[in-house]
Amino acid sequence: MQSPRRPIFQMKFPKLSAPTLLLLPAIIVLAAVIVLPLLFSLYSSFTPFRLTKPESIWVFIGVRNYVSVLTNYEFWAAFGRTILLLTIALNAEMFLGLGLAMLVNKATRGQRILRTLMMFPMMFSPVLVGFQFKFLFNDNIGFVNNALQSLGLTTNAIPWLIDGNLALFSIIIAEVWSSTSVFAILILAGLLAMPQEPVEAARVDGCTPWQTFRYVTWPYLMPFAFIAMTIRSLDVARAYDIVKIMTDGGPAKRTELLWTLVGRTAYSDARMGLANAMAYISILLSILFTVYFFRKLAAARQQIGAEW
Amino acid sequence: MDKNSSHRLKRRWLKVAHFIGLFLAMLVICLPGLWIVLSSLRPTVEIMAKPPVWIPRDISLDAYRAMFGGAGQGGIPVWEYFRNSLIISITSTIIALIIGMAGGYAFARYKFKGKSGVFLGFMLTRAVPGIALSLPLFMIFARVGIIDTHFAMILIYVALNVPFTIWLIDGFFRQVPKDLAEAAQIDGCTRWQAFWQVEFPLAGPGIASAGIFAFLTSWNEYALASQITRSVNSKTLPVGLLDYTSEFTIDWRGMCALAVVMIIPALTLTFIIQKHLVSGLTFGAVKG
Repeated sequence: MQSPRRPIFQMKFPKLSAPTLLLLPAIIVLAAVIVLPLLFSLYSSFTPFRLTKPESIWVFIGVRNYVSVLTNYEFWAAFGRTILLLTIALNAEMFLGLGLAMLVNKATRGQRILRTLMMFPMMFSPVLVGFQFKFLFNDNIGFVNNALQSLGLTTNAIPWLIDGNLALFSIIIAEVWSSTSVFAILILAGLLAMPQEPVEAARVDGCTPWQTFRYVTWPYLMPFAFIAMTIRSLDVARAYDIVKIMTDGGPAKRTELLWTLVGRTAYSDARMGLANAMAYISILLSILFTVYFFRKLAAARQQIGAEW
Repeated sequence: MDKNSSHRLKRRWLKVAHFIGLFLAMLVICLPGLWIVLSSLRPTVEIMAKPPVWIPRDISLDAYRAMFGGAGQGGIPVWEYFRNSLIISITSTIIALIIGMAGGYAFARYKFKGKSGVFLGFMLTRAVPGIALSLPLFMIFARVGIIDTHFAMILIYVALNVPFTIWLIDGFFRQVPKDLAEAAQIDGCTRWQAFWQVEFPLAGPGIASAGIFAFLTSWNEYALASQITRSVNSKTLPVGLLDYTSEFTIDWRGMCALAVVMIIPALTLTFIIQKHLVSGLTFGAVKG
C-alpha cells in the first residue's frame, strides 16, 4: 500500500471532525429540502395565503388559521377517522403479521418460497394497492361481489366503496393487506434469530405453550415488532395514496383522512395558509408516533440485554 | 382409545389445521395480484360481463400492445412516463447512496456527541407526510421555476431516501468487524484505503440492497409526485396510472396492464434484496 498521500488527506480538513464532515451532505440536503420548506410552511400557516393571491403571503394574521382549523367540525371528523384507521390497521397488522410469521416458521418444507410469497404485498406501491382494491371492491364488476354472488351468498351488489362505513372498512382491508408483511417479515427474522434454549427450558419446566409464548418468545420478539412499528410509523401517511385512489375521501367525505383533507384544502380550494396549519397538526401527529415507537424500541432492546 | 393414539390424532389434526391456515393466508396474499395479471390479459367485455366469466376464454396481450404502441388507444404516453420514472429513480438513488454511505459510516464507526439525537432527527424528517411536505415545496418550486422538472423530483427523492439509506447502511457497516479495518491500517493503509479496500467490499451487498430500496421508494412514490409533476415532462408511472381514470369511464384492462408493468421491476428487485434488507433493518435489534 502506498501512503505518501496520507498527510495531505489529514491536512485538508484540520478543523471539522470526521463524523461532522461525513454527515454534512446529509444534513445539507435534509435542511434544504425538508427543514427549510417546513419552516416556510410554518410561517405561511400564520398568513391567509391563497395560491391565487400571491401578495397575501405578507399578511400576518396570527393564529387565526389554527383557530379555524381547531373549531372546524370537518377537521375533527377527519382527525378522528385517521386515528381510528391507524389504531385498527396497526393492531390488525401486528396480530396478523405475528400469526403469519408463526405459521411460516412452523412450516417444515418450502420455507424459502413461503417467505418470498409473504413479501409479495410489500412490493406493491400504495397507489397500486389502492387501484387493486378499487378494482376488487368495485360494486359492479369487482372480484369480491362477483365471488359472493356466484357463491349465492348475496343476490344484490354490495356497495363496498359507495357506502361510507363499508368504504372505510375496504380501505382498512387494503391497508392491512399491504402492510402486514412488514410485520410478518421482521417478526419472522426475530423468530429465526431466537435462541432455542430458553424455549426448551420453559417447556421442561412445565410451561404451557401459551405461557412459553407469552413469557419467553414474545419478549424476545418485541424489539423486532417495534422495528416494524417504527418503520410503519415513518410512513403511516402512505394511507393517503390508498384513499386518494380508492375513494378520494368520498362518499360525501365519509372516508376523508387528515392527509386527503390537507390536499383538498391546499390544491382544490387553493387555501394554502389554512392547509399548512392543518398539515402542521398532521406532521406533529406523525412525529409523536415515530418518537414513541423509537423510544419503545430502545427500551425493548435494553430489557432483552438485561435478561439474556 | 389410549393416551398415545389420542395424542397422535391431535398432532395430525394440528398439522392439517396448520396447512389450511398457511394455504388460506397465502391465497389472500397472492390472489389480488394474480387477479390483476389475469384481468390485463382478458378483453374488456369479459371483465365487464354479468354474470361474471370465471374461466377466461380469450387470453391476449392486446392491452400491452395498445399501451406501448404509442398514443393510439387512450393516448397515454406510457413510454415517456416510464422514461421519467427511470431517470428520476436512478439518479436520485445514486446520489442518496453516496450521501447515505458517508452518513452511515459516520454512525457505524465514530462516537460523537448527540449521536442518537442526530439519528432520530434524520428519521423524523422521513416521518413528515408527503402531502404536508408538498405544500411548501410546491410554493417554493413554483417560485424558483423548477416545477415539473426532473431536477425537482430528483432533489425531493434524494432527501426522502437519505434517512432510510443511512439506517440500512449503518446496520451493514456495523456487521463488518471493526478489527478488519484496523488491521489494514496497521499494515499501512490510510483510513480512506482501508474503507475502500476492506470495509466497502464486505458491506457491498448490503449497500446494494439499500440502493434498491431507495430506488423502489422513488419508483413507487405518489403523494409528492402528483403535485410537483404536471405534464409529460416529468410525470412518473404512479401518477400516470391515474390517467386511465380521468375520463368518464375507467379503462380497467389498461390500468391492470400498466400495474403489471409497474410491478415487474419492483418484484424482481425485491427478490434480489430480501435477505439483506431484513438483516440490515434488524441488525442491532438484539445486540443493541
